[in-house]
Amino acid sequence: MTVQKLDNNMTNVTHDMNKTGGASAPAVSLKNAQVRFGDLTALENIDLEVEAGAFITILGPSGCGKSTLLRLVSDLVPIADGEVNVFGQHVAAARLAREFAFVFQDSTLLPWRTAIENVRLPLEIGAKHAHKRPKAKSEKSAEELLELVGLKGRENALPHELSGGMKQRVAIARALICKPRLLLMDEPFGALDEITRDRLNEQILKIWQETKTTILFVTHSIPEAIFLGQKVLMLEANPGRVRELIDIDLPYPRELPIRETQEFNKISRYLREVLETC
Amino acid sequence: MFIKFFKKNWLPLFTTSMIFVIWELGIQIFGVPEYIAPAPSSVFATLVEERDTLWRNFLPTLFESLAGFVVGNFIAITLAIAFVHNKMVEKAFFPIAVFVNTIPILAVAPVLVLIFGNGIETKVIIAALICFFPTLVNMVRGLESVSGQMIELGRILSATKPEFFWKIRLQSSLPFLFSALKIASTTCVIGAIVGEWVGADIGLGSLIIEATFNFRSPLLYATVIVSSGLAVILFISVSVAERLIIKWKPEHSV
Repeated sequence: MTVQKLDNNMTNVTHDMNKTGGASAPAVSLKNAQVRFGDLTALENIDLEVEAGAFITILGPSGCGKSTLLRLVSDLVPIADGEVNVFGQHVAAARLAREFAFVFQDSTLLPWRTAIENVRLPLEIGAKHAHKRPKAKSEKSAEELLELVGLKGRENALPHELSGGMKQRVAIARALICKPRLLLMDEPFGALDEITRDRLNEQILKIWQETKTTILFVTHSIPEAIFLGQKVLMLEANPGRVRELIDIDLPYPRELPIRETQEFNKISRYLREVLETC
Repeated sequence: MFIKFFKKNWLPLFTTSMIFVIWELGIQIFGVPEYIAPAPSSVFATLVEERDTLWRNFLPTLFESLAGFVVGNFIAITLAIAFVHNKMVEKAFFPIAVFVNTIPILAVAPVLVLIFGNGIETKVIIAALICFFPTLVNMVRGLESVSGQMIELGRILSATKPEFFWKIRLQSSLPFLFSALKIASTTCVIGAIVGEWVGADIGLGSLIIEATFNFRSPLLYATVIVSSGLAVILFISVSVAERLIIKWKPEHSV
């Protein structure tokens, strides 16, 4: 219901977007954004500008609104006050244009579809709005994407035949099929074992470098936040606000041994101190 | 193949045949008259001798059970879909559905005979009534088994309501639906037989009544075996359909 209502309201915005949504617009821009759930203020005074192509990781104590921030940007949660734009467009217009994709903590694969059929799901759904997606963004083939995430040969496996890490890689391939300019990831590796998580961390950096997509990545893990991000956005709780935006001055391409360096540990110690006072 | 089957299932086969042996011996040793309890040998003999009578009465019951199964489940599924899409409908009709379910089927059967007469419709309605509630409850649960993140995925992909229903919700409900259909496949036979008890001149239910009143115990037992055979056939059909349709495993974690 709500989705359809929004869609109708957004038709005008969609037309405008072609003019305003140029390459110069920031990937995500939040101005004094607020989100409320009833009496509870989940996010307050959020000012943030993410340039296109950036990799930002988001850290913070539980209940600080990390996930809410991603859901605000992806048009899942309405804004109470302030402004939120994705590539200079209203979030609903950006959603219809498939400017962004979302990877959840749960792989959310359809268990009756094979890996490749799951990757193709976004092409079969929301067809009504397909014309709103820019034509230049021709879709990558599902086979290529499964190869990109290292699942060549498992195209016809059903989700229950895949491990947790593999399922999450299928979910990433599905997110990439419409070539989103912005990838929102909500603790995508939070439920995986450490070794799988490490491997996927390296892989996501490779995907980021190959696709040049902007990534917002929510995590609980300090090492993961440092290893992946160009910047770490630290949020504090009650109400959720931006505490600090920390630059991570470690050169790319990064590989796992970087986590043993002194610089890495220094940043890690600093983040832990900040996190404890949030 | 027979040897393999025997090797795998020798234990239940053994216990079952032991029951028959003890039953047969008990009847012989204590000299129980046939009209009180027939020996298994005489029941099997009746199954063969009276196969025409049994077959003639089997067909109407089969038809009533199947028709009741289809009607009852169809209404239950439709109502479940309405419930899930409109909470007002659920609020309006769910208490009625619960109430209908609490009326003993034996009490409602005569009422239906009064309204719809002694024909086949009454039996179909009773069979449908008995299938209805478990399927309604399970189907609602199945349709609501879609996770919150899956719903969010649908929103991000700008899925319309029909798209979300056909591509995601309906498929997710299938494991729940089939567990309900398995229950219904056996209860619909009970419904049809109860309907025949109340008033019918043909069908397994009326044959049970007739055999009882005439002290034809072997025929009574044979009819009971055929009735449960009917339920088993329907149950197996649903199980086979389930295995053909659901080749995947529902998942509850990452």
